[in-house]
Amino acid sequence: MHELSLIEGMRDILESAADRNCSARILRVRIEAGAFSAVEPDALTFAWEVVMRGSKAEGAVLELIVLPGRAFCYDCLQTVQIDQRLDPCPLCGGGKLMPEAGDALRIKNMEVA
Amino acid sequence: MCTMCGCGVVTIGQHDHSHDHGRSHGHSHDHGAHQTGDLHFGHGPAGIEVPGMSQSRLIEIETSIFHKNAFYAAANRTWLHQRGWLTVNLMSSPGSGKTTLLCATIDRVGGPVAVIEGDQQTSNDADRIRATGAPAIQINTGKGCHLDAHMVGRALGQLGSDPGTILFIENVGNLVCPAAFDLGEDARVVVLSVTEGEDKPLKYPDMFTSCRLALLNKIDLAPYCDVDLELYEANLRRVNPLIEIIRISARTGDGMKQWVAWLEAEARGKARRQAAE
Repeated sequence: MHELSLIEGMRDILESAADRNCSARILRVRIEAGAFSAVEPDALTFAWEVVMRGSKAEGAVLELIVLPGRAFCYDCLQTVQIDQRLDPCPLCGGGKLMPEAGDALRIKNMEVA
Repeated sequence: MCTMCGCGVVTIGQHDHSHDHGRSHGHSHDHGAHQTGDLHFGHGPAGIEVPGMSQSRLIEIETSIFHKNAFYAAANRTWLHQRGWLTVNLMSSPGSGKTTLLCATIDRVGGPVAVIEGDQQTSNDADRIRATGAPAIQINTGKGCHLDAHMVGRALGQLGSDPGTILFIENVGNLVCPAAFDLGEDARVVVLSVTEGEDKPLKYPDMFTSCRLALLNKIDLAPYCDVDLELYEANLRRVNPLIEIIRISARTGDGMKQWVAWLEAEARGKARRQAAE
């Protein structure tokens, strides 16, 4: 359900970008998602197909680019890169990590015809 | 720097056109930009080039998917700021005791309180809040799994304008989606009841990471549930080292004093910050 409302928000952004550029059809859309953005690719793709029906992006390919997650370790006081939200600190093995980056969800670009 | 591959600026100083052809053909094309031989792949509508694709067909967007929600959240924040309201976004799984806790809180808070209730269906929760005498607006989200900033904005206008009001937004019971939506609140508070299991913070880290305070609720039931309150707290701090925790029971009143003191300190802090502006 959450993915559905995200994609609904995207539809407006994409259609107005296509209108501004006088494009009739959107062929491919690239989304950047942080490793902690909690977006489920399957749910996203499902929502994509449903929501884009009847829009300029109907049938367009959705491409997900996953960006690494970054967290601050309260044990060794360093900013570190981790793949999974609950991974230990790669430097000291500590578990007190506060995410700093990696929950972003952005539309990067799109290819149009 | 090239945004596609990280390479430097793409320029070459000299460039000529001598190459071997298996067959002869003419070389007529426009050399307007070829005077110096420089190549710049950052021109054109996209400001970028992708191999194998005509440049005019790539459109940069670089917009957050939460762009629209962020716009409405900023409007809510301005509205709330102008009235000096402290706004708390209260989140939890269904059945953690948010509404009971709110009713008990309203009885103990000295100043004006207003409530926005989010549920998929029914006005049961708003009815319970109104029975305490506080104004409450019910938002039914239908199929929606969370409140968004636009829904909250629609409700704000109906809640009066008493200065110094503490506004509670009781979000849809859900430990996943509400975490992603800024409503324009000052603070996020998560309610976790001891009947839910110690590993909930590990299973739903985003929710607990996004909150400043966790209310560990229904502690009067802890002796009957075979739970380890220390483990609850350790797991909360595992996903959010900065989180504050209050052990509370809306039914017996344990911890209520501490929770109301937390709210009043937040309200004073906000008033001080606004006065300093």
